Amino acid sequence: MPLAARDPRLAAALLRYVLRLGDTSLVLGQRLGAWVGHAPALEEDLGLANLALDLIGQARLLLTYAGELEGRGRDEDALAFLRDAPAFANLTLAEQPNQDFGHTIVRQWLIDSWQLELYQALSLSADARLAAIAAKSLKETRYHYRFSSGWLVRLGDGTDESRRRVQESLDDLWRFSGELFAADEVDEQMQAAAVGPDLASLAAPWSARVDEDLRQASLRRPPAQPYPWHGKRGVHTEHLSHLLAEMQHLQRAYPDARW
Amino acid sequence: MSNDWPLFEVFIRSRAGLEHKHVGSLHAADARMAIEHARDVYTRRQEGVSIWVVPSAQIIASDPGEAEALFEPARDKVYRHPTFYDIPDEVKNL
Repeated sequence: MPLAARDPRLAAALLRYVLRLGDTSLVLGQRLGAWVGHAPALEEDLGLANLALDLIGQARLLLTYAGELEGRGRDEDALAFLRDAPAFANLTLAEQPNQDFGHTIVRQWLIDSWQLELYQALSLSADARLAAIAAKSLKETRYHYRFSSGWLVRLGDGTDESRRRVQESLDDLWRFSGELFAADEVDEQMQAAAVGPDLASLAAPWSARVDEDLRQASLRRPPAQPYPWHGKRGVHTEHLSHLLAEMQHLQRAYPDARW
Repeated sequence: MSNDWPLFEVFIRSRAGLEHKHVGSLHAADARMAIEHARDVYTRRQEGVSIWVVPSAQIIASDPGEAEALFEPARDKVYRHPTFYDIPDEVKNL
């Protein structure tokens, strides 16, 4: 870990940075997993579960790395199952609860199109471990985006009801999209160390991609909104605690339980 | 919901150089979704490197009721099987 060796402040920022990425994938994967058995068709059930497994796979790599950076002996499981909500650093968007299928698609599409830009940039990271994880995740994300953007267009361009409902979901979730590109001191330190990209610079290509999809889907882009949520700083909506209660119950009730 | 979607037949090529083989069918609203479903349903364990999907309605099949007329006439023509030749020992791969 040359970065950590150089500067302990940088090391702390890198740990936080990796946790944010890992937690976002973990929480979104958990949300998608809850669709298993409930999706509108068997094939979609499998499709969402596949996305969930990819995301949880990303989370495992990232949280394992975070545990090593932290150096306090916590592994991926300790970080996933034994932290409380304020210690989670996922994007607020990822923790928003499942509603109808179209709502899940909008949430997924917003994050997929963001991860597409982010992982592309991170695959060139000065941190070799992060670059390798990003390169692997990028391949998965390309498929996720294909899946979610396809559905967005299908629903937006579908029946009157499907368009109305997916537009409502978009209007509901759009307020969380500001957080995707809002850099704080952690992002700035990572950018200065060539570990991470300038987050704001990802906004333009993301926006262009999003606009093109919305055009194809005949959907309206909601106006930009200020956002009071800062999931990546540990300030979450109430929904994360409920998600964690379910996700962590087994490990909390039966510590170190084995399959 | 999926019952409203048309049926597609799925063909998977397991390795480069091999032919696509019929592996099953699935419902999808359109061709793109059919490819995605086929990927999720039939290639989860690295079964393939290429997928074809064909709308089932586009497949023209022989009529089982005509099976006798179509296939019985071949039954008494065993001489069409190349089993009446002595194979020289030098021929290894036949």
